[in-house]
Amino acid sequence: MLDGDPLRVEAGQPLAAALMKAGLSVFRRTPVSGAPRAPFCMMGVCFECLVEIDGVPNQQSCMVEVREGMRVRVQDGARNLEATR
Amino acid sequence: MNISTDPGSGFTHDVIVIGGGPAGMSAAMTAAEYGCKVALLDEQPRPGGQIYRNVTRAPAALRELLGPDYQRGSGLAERLQRSGVECHFDTTVWDVGQDLTVTAQCHGRSTQLRPRQLIAATGAMERPSPIPGWTLPGVLNAGAAQILLKSSGTVPSGATVLVGGGPLLLLVACQLLDAGARVAALVQTTPTSNLLRALPHLGRASLTPSYLAKGAGLLQKLKRAGVPFYRDAREIRIEGESGVSALTFRAGGTCVSIAADAVLLHHGVVPNTQLARLLRLEHRWDDTQLAWQPCVDAWFETSLPGLRIPGDGASIAGALAAEASGALAALGAAAAIGRVDCSTQEREARAWRKLLRKHSRVRRFLDELYRPPEWLVAPPDETIVCRCEEVDAGTIRHMAILGCQGPNQTKFFSRCGMGPCQGRQCAITVSQMLARAHFKSVQEVGSYRIRPPLKPIPLGSIAALASPSVSRSACKEEFE
Repeated sequence: MLDGDPLRVEAGQPLAAALMKAGLSVFRRTPVSGAPRAPFCMMGVCFECLVEIDGVPNQQSCMVEVREGMRVRVQDGARNLEATR
Repeated sequence: MNISTDPGSGFTHDVIVIGGGPAGMSAAMTAAEYGCKVALLDEQPRPGGQIYRNVTRAPAALRELLGPDYQRGSGLAERLQRSGVECHFDTTVWDVGQDLTVTAQCHGRSTQLRPRQLIAATGAMERPSPIPGWTLPGVLNAGAAQILLKSSGTVPSGATVLVGGGPLLLLVACQLLDAGARVAALVQTTPTSNLLRALPHLGRASLTPSYLAKGAGLLQKLKRAGVPFYRDAREIRIEGESGVSALTFRAGGTCVSIAADAVLLHHGVVPNTQLARLLRLEHRWDDTQLAWQPCVDAWFETSLPGLRIPGDGASIAGALAAEASGALAALGAAAAIGRVDCSTQEREARAWRKLLRKHSRVRRFLDELYRPPEWLVAPPDETIVCRCEEVDAGTIRHMAILGCQGPNQTKFFSRCGMGPCQGRQCAITVSQMLARAHFKSVQEVGSYRIRPPLKPIPLGSIAALASPSVSRSACKEEFE
């Protein structure tokens, strides 16, 4: 699920790769200026591909593998503390 | 994670290895061969590091495309599986104490391990290339594009332009061509004058001719494919609104604009020193590799006794040299805890040292030939240097004028380096920019102080540490 919409992707690949393949070009907007960002390093050092996975925000989608039933949300600006419990 | 602590000593392992790339796999297997109880921790789901990423799962056709240098990783990974090393993947190390206690998170829970000797094979990362527009979606490091190919078989869609210099740039260009990408141009930023710097080192490099032959082969392949080449490019800008649309630059006195859907940047790789900086290890600025290197001895021991850093995390030398240095670090660790005696250690080390020399010969030539241009650390004022906090080059220069002497002061005043990447993407640029502004050496200017956690982790993960029995049994369940 990406932002509530079901998405079918091949398992066993990094989440960031799967999302890019599925056509997601903007992964998040920065908390500072709202500028669009997308994966840059694919190896866990740039933190540009941060997404919310199963309710946990700021996950590096390049370091996490796609699993069945994953609920992913893109992050718009800073994470919402209220929504994440 | 099912971990038992030796009640007498308080240690959980003889040797812990952080990182499952060539240096880490080699270190872990070698230490196990000498009877050490070894654990290997890696963030990724499978062994390989970045160079051999996904090698145990990549389809045969993809492995074929990536070539024998990549396939070498399968052999290492298979041997690791049979070696008796306790492997913990999906495990992120987020703190290491001065007593070498390792705190790591797996599946949302943290746990602590304590080895007698710690080998941190944390590898390299690509040097940041702060040029205008480098934060736009569609701009990736060239190595990132290669990781996408290795891990999911995908290539960038549309016109792809590669920008920068170095062996990896050429390799990625060739692999993308083979994989069906549309490589619109190769824009080399390497100054022509580098050739003169490199020439005196060609003789030594040619003693290990395989590297030079590979390089020549890549260049030939790109020429045959008709990929447009630009040399000594400068004043590079990436244009676009919510994604890349074009690349503009000057080369040979003319201005060039190329329409692009993806731009891949590369200016070589540098040691990832985040863990070394966390532990306040001694570092030296290497003016040939233009990078920080943790100081290590012949057995790769750092300024913190018991902590060893082999492989590209210590100094860039490539995957084969990393295997050798990993083994040497393991021999050092095994000797330090009495698993091998001095004479055996020296005897066993001989072959590894020979290999290390063999694979290091080409390095100086490559370092000089592909030395990044000076302008890379003198970006135009509006260029973002700190991607996380969006601090531009003009602000950093302004900080220097205000009197900030080093990166930490600059960080306090401008937030540069304070975002989630914790300075990984800006530290090296900021240190070099401040050194230039103050007419000091980079060594004098220093680098950011790094604090735990090394990666953002949920508070719940730390809370679980308070009751180790709970965290361990829970983690164990998830492993089973």
